[in-house]
Amino acid sequence: MQFIVQGYPAYAYTGGVEPDFKLPAIVFVHGAAFDHSVWQWQSRYFAHHGCCVLAVDLPGHGRSPGMIRARIEDWASWLVALLDAAGLAQAALVGHSMGSLIALQAALAAPDRVRRLALVGSAVPMAVGEAFRAAAREAPDVALDMEAAWGHARLSQLGASAVPGSTLLGASRCLNARSRPGALAAALEACNAYRPDAQALGSLAVPTLVAAGKRDQMTPFKAGRALASAIPGARLVALEAGHSMMSEAPRELLRALGDFLA
Amino acid sequence: MAHSSPKNPHPDTLAVHAGQSPDPATGSRAVPIYQTASYVFPDTDTAAALFDMEVPGHVYSRLSNPTVSVFEERMAALEGGAGAIATSSGQAALHLAIATLMGEGGHVVASSSLYGGSHNLLTYTLPRFGIRTTFVPARDPAAWKAAIRPGTRLLFGESVGNPSVDVLDIPAIGAIAAQARIPFLVDATVTTPMLGRPLEQGAHLVMHSATKFLSGHGVVIGGVLVDGGRFDWEAGRFATLTEPYEGFHGMVFTEESPATAFLLRARREGLRDFGACMAPMTAFQVLQGLETLPLRMARHIENTRTVVAWLASRKEVERVHHPSLESHPGHALARSLYPRGCSAILSFEVKGGREAGRKFIEGLALFSHLANIGDAKSLVIHPASTTHFRMDDAALAAAGITPGTIRLSIGLEHPDDLVEDLGRALAASQR
Repeated sequence: MQFIVQGYPAYAYTGGVEPDFKLPAIVFVHGAAFDHSVWQWQSRYFAHHGCCVLAVDLPGHGRSPGMIRARIEDWASWLVALLDAAGLAQAALVGHSMGSLIALQAALAAPDRVRRLALVGSAVPMAVGEAFRAAAREAPDVALDMEAAWGHARLSQLGASAVPGSTLLGASRCLNARSRPGALAAALEACNAYRPDAQALGSLAVPTLVAAGKRDQMTPFKAGRALASAIPGARLVALEAGHSMMSEAPRELLRALGDFLA
Repeated sequence: MAHSSPKNPHPDTLAVHAGQSPDPATGSRAVPIYQTASYVFPDTDTAAALFDMEVPGHVYSRLSNPTVSVFEERMAALEGGAGAIATSSGQAALHLAIATLMGEGGHVVASSSLYGGSHNLLTYTLPRFGIRTTFVPARDPAAWKAAIRPGTRLLFGESVGNPSVDVLDIPAIGAIAAQARIPFLVDATVTTPMLGRPLEQGAHLVMHSATKFLSGHGVVIGGVLVDGGRFDWEAGRFATLTEPYEGFHGMVFTEESPATAFLLRARREGLRDFGACMAPMTAFQVLQGLETLPLRMARHIENTRTVVAWLASRKEVERVHHPSLESHPGHALARSLYPRGCSAILSFEVKGGREAGRKFIEGLALFSHLANIGDAKSLVIHPASTTHFRMDDAALAAAGITPGTIRLSIGLEHPDDLVEDLGRALAASQR
């Protein structure tokens, strides 16, 4: 489904159904150099279970044209503008990795617009090593290899996939390969630089869930745990997965989100 | 700053482990054979969600099966793809690829150096369904480019053609495919992922007859189709992937998953409706073979080098066709694409034509005379009267086959014994 957000078309996958904007809304936000399809399972499930689902393609990603933003704050403004464009007074925001920072910042900036907040594979701050950022600037293919390898549990190529017939790391790398040149480099810089107001974080009143992968190589489990303890009343869910919990542990993540968003 | 990619497991490790975790139910280290047609739903909501692709999992073994999935994921990992679909045979894999991409009015540009079964499908059977093929020489990129027309939906060739051992110029044809925005499918049965990875060389899709080297022991019939996940279906003319499919709730496969749209349609329509799925027992047997594929291919290639050199030195032999020989037109290309060796298949012409060929085959004791390749046992056949007998003389010539051509598939026996057997048969051929 297309919206016009900040002057540009913006695409959102609606889970395979015509969205009913009267239903409780959930907006899914993808991470660096990805698109809406990382939420393939969760978005389709909730769209068929009483929710209005918008799994967005951020500007410059997937089917959304437009400028790639340099700061998490700018992405978050876009996300709030998307809620306006969709006529949603409130929505639950579910973000992964960079998308979790965007969702978090949107909740900090416009808490009255956010019914619930789910942060999947998150850390604050989300420090990104210089080697990764430099590769993204100078050798994008190598950086996308890093994104795929570190974006899943170590040696995930050797185990069974939760999605029959798919190699999670391979499919993820193929999706990254479709990203616009410069998208990963900009995203990594934005994540690395983001520092939310600690006081605002400590008084965030939006009910929050942090889903952390016990084998996450990007945002280690302990960082997820620390984030959950920094947000008042935040719930922490530990999943047997790496950073890409949506595909590595799709059923377990669905269960956690289902309990939280209900 | 120098940048290097994270280390991935080597192919030898993937061949043993990829796609399998110890069985969560029993701890079984070996891949369990899930010999079941269907799977109990824990509740009605999960049942509906599985049917509607809201949660991943198994519903019915025609669509997916845990044992078969291990094979699919292992092959996708070995080829460097996004995923794979196992099929009941190599022929079923080729049909699945074509039927997923096109219908009536579709057109294929294919190498003329193809396995006879593939040639039959493209020449005689698919035209009945409105799908036509133009055949072009494997190593003539200009001919491939010239054969593309508005209805072309697929380029198709064998990495190393059977039986002519023609080497497909994958990078050149891959570049033509990319420019024309048409996917390029490579049948890599002869090379296997141990000798070459077509997706890295320019192909978009890869298929195998798993009956051959992948399983390696001549005990199963099976196939597999791997999606490289990089082709941009939305930039082309692939309505089966980009338009709502009423056969699955109006799903637009490229919207659902840009990287795996082809696999989604191939499984949700192709396996569902054509039904040419792989059996769990077959998958188990192919997996047993895959674990030793790196070891076997090295030995196949080593034995083939010995046999090729020996045959080339024999006065009873008119000509030997194998890319390892400088006289072979694909020699330089093979060296660049397959530095570890490219084929345990070779063909040659014995002096004396068809009659000498008959005496040669009947003079062999160790080689088995049968219609297959890629077995642990060495094999021999006369293509013009068997695998390619439906082809006319022009098509035979285009495929590099003469009435006297003999094809060998070199197995894992001791090379001295193979040479001994060939020597006796060559002597018999000249009597």
